[in-house]
Amino acid sequence: MNNYVTIYPPQSTFLFVVFTIIKMVIVFTVYMVGVALLTLAERKISAWMQDRHGPNRVGKGWLQPAADGLKNIMKEETYPGAAYTPLFVLAPVLSFIPALVTWAVIPFAAPWASRWGMIDMVLAPLPVGFLFILAVSSLGVYGIVLAGWSSNNKYALLGGLRSSAQMVSYEIAMGMSTIPVLILAGNVSLNQIVQQQATMGWNVLNLTVAFFIFMIAAFAETNRLPFDLPEAESELITGYHTEYSAMKFSMFFIAEYANMVTASGLMATLFFGGWDIPFTLWDNIAPHTLLKTVITQGFFAFKVLFFVFFFMWIRWTLPRFRYDQLMSLGWRFLLPLALAYIVIIASVVLGIDAAGLWGRYIGPGRILSVANIILLAVNMVLCFLLFWVLDRGRIISPAYSRLERRDLERLRAMSAARIPVTAEAGD
Amino acid sequence: MERTYLPVLLLLGFVVMNAVMMLGLSHLTLRPRPTAVKQTPYESGIPALGDARERFSVKFYMVAVLFIIFDIETVFMIPWGAQFRQLSCAVPLAGNICPAGNTSFFGLAEMLVFIGILLVGFAYVWKKGALQWD
Repeated sequence: MNNYVTIYPPQSTFLFVVFTIIKMVIVFTVYMVGVALLTLAERKISAWMQDRHGPNRVGKGWLQPAADGLKNIMKEETYPGAAYTPLFVLAPVLSFIPALVTWAVIPFAAPWASRWGMIDMVLAPLPVGFLFILAVSSLGVYGIVLAGWSSNNKYALLGGLRSSAQMVSYEIAMGMSTIPVLILAGNVSLNQIVQQQATMGWNVLNLTVAFFIFMIAAFAETNRLPFDLPEAESELITGYHTEYSAMKFSMFFIAEYANMVTASGLMATLFFGGWDIPFTLWDNIAPHTLLKTVITQGFFAFKVLFFVFFFMWIRWTLPRFRYDQLMSLGWRFLLPLALAYIVIIASVVLGIDAAGLWGRYIGPGRILSVANIILLAVNMVLCFLLFWVLDRGRIISPAYSRLERRDLERLRAMSAARIPVTAEAGD
Repeated sequence: MERTYLPVLLLLGFVVMNAVMMLGLSHLTLRPRPTAVKQTPYESGIPALGDARERFSVKFYMVAVLFIIFDIETVFMIPWGAQFRQLSCAVPLAGNICPAGNTSFFGLAEMLVFIGILLVGFAYVWKKGALQWD
């Protein structure tokens, strides 16, 4: 592992603060502009997938986000008469802050050995890295549930409740799916996780099942389809932000997209090597030039944008879950699966250590690690078992599980005899 | 130490400032002009009956209680996971590699006991139907 402090002299505190502020302002601006552009991208991609035009009037579509932002500032803020105003105003802020603080620990490029000392391309290389993300991102629940409650609107309340239950349920699966990552990295700092993947292969190959669990949980945490029940527009108007208008609505919107970008960044960092360039160690070793920083930044941006696109792609591909299916998937499937997976990976790692194969490489260069190959083989077997042997209907209840056994048999008999099923009172 | 967490505090301050600024800007550009109709809860145009301060399903509380238990389990597992390779090696790791013949089952067994105890609770909750949303 690189220990930059021993290689490069530390910066003075003044320079450190200056560079921190520069990084902070740049990344924050990129986030805000990026979020604005993502709203456009979402609409353009939706249009593309549905074979229509999408926004194409304001500056050929490119200025649409600016027009939307301006409109939201100029709009009147409405306050429902029955709302509890202090929390009603506080809720968007509580949702906005965690969404835009979480990225602080995600490394977005290789460090740069400038003439002002080593500059880490991460805002805060905290030793507790991943714990910080778990802690801060879960605060977002408060904004949503308080928005739902303080609006004093039935739909908003239902949206807020659904959202809080969903987010806390999937947080467990999310936290547990990352423990195998920590077992391999031996550290919770995201810099170390990236370094480990550079030498041992990306975690998507080492820990494929964990990646799938994490991805599903990330979709649920960000309230995106197929888990967008908190704002299911056909059931709940728009859920927890039904009563919000103008800039307060905008802030929820920004928070949602910022969460999506952060979740994409996390998937890239934990499972796709972060800013690492595959098949080479050129980017991970000294000298850390500006060129390496720029190129690795490009790779990181590409990975993040791919996952953001994936979020949008899924939105137009899968229908929404039913709420009981959603809870079943989280509690009865992902939680036991994540627990079992932790035990399996721990055992395999113990086996690799016992056989003395950790840190061994085959072939030219330090590219193919033996541990990577063994873990990949284990994961392929597990994926095969999961996708071909397990049937979704056994664990996540299908629609017919709500019927009485007697009714079910009657319906089956009718369909076998090709009698058209007629609706009865109470169906 | 202060250098580690200073950037996070700076960012927090910056984000809070931005949030307040956005709300303030929006508030200053146009004062709210409430009317009776504007202030009613929006329920798709249907006149609202009662308000939202009613009882709701106990399931939501149950999920919250279960969440606490399993989230604490996750939090306990994080340091264990990060130290797992050291825990399953009887001597300190040399260059991130456990010297041959020194692996131990200590780390795995400890966590299996912990997971086992919580699995009993999980099986009970499942059997009791607390995870059933019908």
